[in-house]
Amino acid sequence: MGSRAWRAFRRNRLALGGGILVLVLSLSSLLSPWIAPHDPLRGRLPDRLRSPSIVSASGKPYLLGTDNLGRDILSRILHGGRVSISLGLLVVGVSIVVGVVLGLVSAYAGGWVDTTVQRLVDVLLAFPYLVLAIALMGLFGPGFLNLVVALAFKEWVTACRIVRSEALALKNAAFVEASRAAGAGLFRILFRHLLPNVIPGAVVVATLRVGWVILMEASLSFLGLGIQPPQPSWGVIIADGRDYLFRAWWISTFPGIAILLFVLGVNLLGEGLRDALDPRLASERLSE
Amino acid sequence: MISYLARRLVQAVPVFLGVTFVVFLLMYLTPGDPVELYMGQAGIVSQEEMARIRHEFGLDRPFLEQYGRFLWGIARGDLGRSIVHRRPVAELISERIPATIELSLFAALIALLVAVPAGVVAAVRRYSLLDNVGTLLSLVGVSMPGFWLGLILIIFFSVTMRVLPVAGRMAYGTGLEPQTGFLLLDALLQGNGRAALDVLRHLAMPALAMSAGMMAMTMRITRSSLSETIGQDYVRTARAKGVPEGRVVVRHALRNALLPVVTAVALNLGALLGGNMVVETVFAWPGLGQRVVDAVKTRDFPLVQGCVLVYALTYVVLNLAADLSYAFLNPRISHGKEG
Repeated sequence: MGSRAWRAFRRNRLALGGGILVLVLSLSSLLSPWIAPHDPLRGRLPDRLRSPSIVSASGKPYLLGTDNLGRDILSRILHGGRVSISLGLLVVGVSIVVGVVLGLVSAYAGGWVDTTVQRLVDVLLAFPYLVLAIALMGLFGPGFLNLVVALAFKEWVTACRIVRSEALALKNAAFVEASRAAGAGLFRILFRHLLPNVIPGAVVVATLRVGWVILMEASLSFLGLGIQPPQPSWGVIIADGRDYLFRAWWISTFPGIAILLFVLGVNLLGEGLRDALDPRLASERLSE
Repeated sequence: MISYLARRLVQAVPVFLGVTFVVFLLMYLTPGDPVELYMGQAGIVSQEEMARIRHEFGLDRPFLEQYGRFLWGIARGDLGRSIVHRRPVAELISERIPATIELSLFAALIALLVAVPAGVVAAVRRYSLLDNVGTLLSLVGVSMPGFWLGLILIIFFSVTMRVLPVAGRMAYGTGLEPQTGFLLLDALLQGNGRAALDVLRHLAMPALAMSAGMMAMTMRITRSSLSETIGQDYVRTARAKGVPEGRVVVRHALRNALLPVVTAVALNLGALLGGNMVVETVFAWPGLGQRVVDAVKTRDFPLVQGCVLVYALTYVVLNLAADLSYAFLNPRISHGKEG
């Protein structure tokens, strides 16, 4: 980030707040094995369905209550954050790499390569995100890696479109022409000259998409088609509480708040980055 | 205009073929023998019998021929038979469509009724406290899972306040005879006020849960579009002529500002249809979303295939409609070759 962009970003208090939110939630999830007060997988049955409390008769209190198996909700949310956040980062990471490479190649090569990639993009865009992911999970069966593939299957399209349109604008720029005239090879032009120019856009897209992917993971896990219990993810914990809405509102409520805060933080951060780095992106549709 | 329409329709053809091909692959690549799945336990049926059925279903044909047959089936409205329900997939899907459309339209209506006025206030009083609160709320709206909002609504309205029903489309004993499948419409047509009220009470929470994301997005678009229009010369002219401020905003600026809003809503309707399956599951809403989730869980692949196809084709059609409506509504956009 250039110093001007950094100053613009720092002045944006909402973006800064979003960044802090993301940092705090990521760190506490990362450190969950050391800071979680209880075991996220093994509960104490005598303590089942305890409501949130700051005091406890037996040892450490259950700050956010316990579920039907006596497991501490706070500990499960902290550990679940590890799963949800790392999955979000992994899916977006894979998708950005695929999207950037295909976007660059598509724009630079043109012709049938471009047409083929763009048709594929059009076809994938025709599928509602969740419908496609659900069908793929039905085909693959459950599992962390299957989930990554099912979500990344369409995710790369967003980055690909944005990178392609940016690269198209640069393709015939003077510095690229000059490099071509100087005898630079395809690889050098793509990755030394075009790539650095599309990276700011890709960073903004990646940030804004992490939130979306986490929402999709939560939906799939809630339906029982994503992360499999007893392993906690934020969506799994919400699903755990569904049968206990009438007796224990806290089980489903708190993991949802965790999702809300994290995704809100990511969105604020992403919009701040966009305004600072690449204001032209504002008009792009980044959802779906 | 005609040529633009024709070109858009022609562009939709490869997308349509691509969609059907992906959906076909989804089925083709499914592990396990579809005939075995269909027959239940393979042991009961002899090998010859299995071969006969496989031949009857055309499963012994080459790949491309099977795809051709699949396309031909779609053209005739034949999507195969469900393994679990033992009924035509097309029937299983079409009986669920009214419930899903009713819910989606109602959600869109709620979103518009809240979002457009809120967006107008935010645009007129830009950077005021009201605007900032609205912006923050709309960010919260897009940042939370709709199904979770549904659960929170249940906790509040059904568990604590005990005023709204938790699940389904209608209580028993309202005396409503379903005709069109759109229960609200049926109740109104039959002049059954009690049933209409009951249907509305069932619609309220799932529709609200579904509308949050769309509401947030629509509000932001209305705000940015209207703020842009308000700064334009003709609006200043209207003000200079002494037209009252309220009239300037509504009659002069808003009319033009709503254009991008209309397109966004049409596009989002597709997303709404596709994203509502989790909300349908939360509220046991007997729509298409719940059907596809159940089908995936019971590994009823023909039904999954049919549902995915219907979703995707609806999406393609809605996208096309959004593009065309935009072109019709806004004569200024160029119909020249796209860049």
